[in-house]
Amino acid sequence: MSHDSRARPRLRISLTPYLFISPWVLGFLLFTLGPLVFSLTMSFYDWPVVGERSFVGFGNYRSMLTEDPMFWESLGITTRFALIYVPFNIVLSFLLALMLHHARFGAGFFRTAFYLPSVISGVALVMIWNWIYSQEYGLLNYMLSFAGVEPVNWLGDKQIAVVAIIIASLWGLGGTMLILLTGLKGIPRELYEAATVSGVPGWAQTVYITIPMLGPMLVFTFITSIISAFQQLTIALLLTKGGPQKATYFFAMYIYDNAFKFYDMGYAAAGSWIMFLFVLALSLLVMRWSAAWSYYEGELKSGGRDA
Amino acid sequence: MRKLLLHSALTLLALLFILPFYWTFLSAVKSTADLYQFPPVFWPSEWHFENFAASWNKLPFNTFLWNSTVVVVLSTIGQVLSSSLVAFGFARFRFPGRDALFILLLATMMIPWDVKMIPLYMEFNYIGWINTLKPLIVPSYFADAFFVFMLRQFIMTVPLEIDEAARMDGASSFDIYWRIHLPLMLPGLILVGTFHFMNAWNDYLGPLIFLNDQSKYTLTLGLALFKNPHDVDITAVAAITTLLCLPPLALFFVAQRYIMDGAVGSAVKG
Repeated sequence: MSHDSRARPRLRISLTPYLFISPWVLGFLLFTLGPLVFSLTMSFYDWPVVGERSFVGFGNYRSMLTEDPMFWESLGITTRFALIYVPFNIVLSFLLALMLHHARFGAGFFRTAFYLPSVISGVALVMIWNWIYSQEYGLLNYMLSFAGVEPVNWLGDKQIAVVAIIIASLWGLGGTMLILLTGLKGIPRELYEAATVSGVPGWAQTVYITIPMLGPMLVFTFITSIISAFQQLTIALLLTKGGPQKATYFFAMYIYDNAFKFYDMGYAAAGSWIMFLFVLALSLLVMRWSAAWSYYEGELKSGGRDA
Repeated sequence: MRKLLLHSALTLLALLFILPFYWTFLSAVKSTADLYQFPPVFWPSEWHFENFAASWNKLPFNTFLWNSTVVVVLSTIGQVLSSSLVAFGFARFRFPGRDALFILLLATMMIPWDVKMIPLYMEFNYIGWINTLKPLIVPSYFADAFFVFMLRQFIMTVPLEIDEAARMDGASSFDIYWRIHLPLMLPGLILVGTFHFMNAWNDYLGPLIFLNDQSKYTLTLGLALFKNPHDVDITAVAAITTLLCLPPLALFFVAQRYIMDGAVGSAVKG
């Protein structure tokens, strides 16, 4: 009898599992692999939305890297943004998660408060901050006035507009915080108990236990923060429109404009591939660097390498 | 003492995080005179709740709401069904290429949206879907990597014996998925539904790229229409922003315990 019941599923195995996963396989071909191949192809063409396309080889890449000042400028702006946003996002999320982890009461309420901004639309976020940043009537300048700060022209000043975007983006750090908080809860208590018994001070426990144990989570948030920094588009598009004087003209906006303002699809596709490779290289660097300080329990997934 | 300091700091920070919401709501119901007061008014003398209806009627927001609702409802159904189906396939069968395909699935989460948006626009343009709601709905019927990953975790906590017992009673694989696992992974489905609802409701770039006519606009595009460089109607912007935030906030409160317990990586979705 057990013979029969084992044999039956084995016969069915041929097709059934593939039927179950077929939606994803089809979607992968239609909406991921297809577009990737398509966009890589486009990047070697002069490809308008309507009209004749012509093969230009590496022409798009060459002129982007050598003749287009906006490419380097927007890449520089995005890199500078990422250099500030990514560490702040992770450090602040980590500190908030640590505080929540040690809170005796009200942890649920505080957690909800920090997470709420992550629940709303980017458009709503922009509209909220646009008014908070108002030079004359804004909430932020009012609060800063208590510290004796003169009214700041948040969105109109070339130097400060990027800071305004960073602050508004950091308001949405709840997701990152939640991941790290879950990670903190997963660290075995015995580690801290043993350390306390051995007389290890609190700060050293954070450095030598918490951070290595959180390693995989920190790496994950690091990489997703980098990706979201480089994809930053909604806030820049709506809050500052890339201005003032292109001070917040992010790389994603440069790609967007080439595609949907100038309808130069091949050129925009080339830009998006440069971004993809750039972000991929950064992610790999982060992973290699993190191997030095993070603790992985077992392997990622045994048997993952066959086939 | 240290605990007191910690809780005071947390309270202050929490207030800072919530303040922008309160401020936006206030701006929606203030009189124009109060709106342009400095120092700002934190408890207005008059509350103009009629501002919500007045702002709603300044643009065809009924149409935008309808479009948003169609997109959100249809795509959420698709997402929940397709992702759970695929998750079941990966969790409960051994088949050649499974592990490689699953790693491929995880890898797709790393691809920046920017790389896909241009060719997707071209694809949808070729098949005549630009300026329809289809590009915002149809892809949801083909599963999402992150949701598949999450639901697979849920399914893997269910003992295999349950499947085997059902199979001995003559249940087909689809029966086992539909009648046993779907009800069992309800918390996971709520999670997926909630996150997808929020993503779809909040999405701005998708509608921005795929829709042209105002009659097709979703709520986020409608709200963005108010952002006109010459004359920004603060009351209307604040009122519609408040209304736009309400459904995801309400949904969040309802589904909160599932989100906080079950979802690592909610931030993965932009």
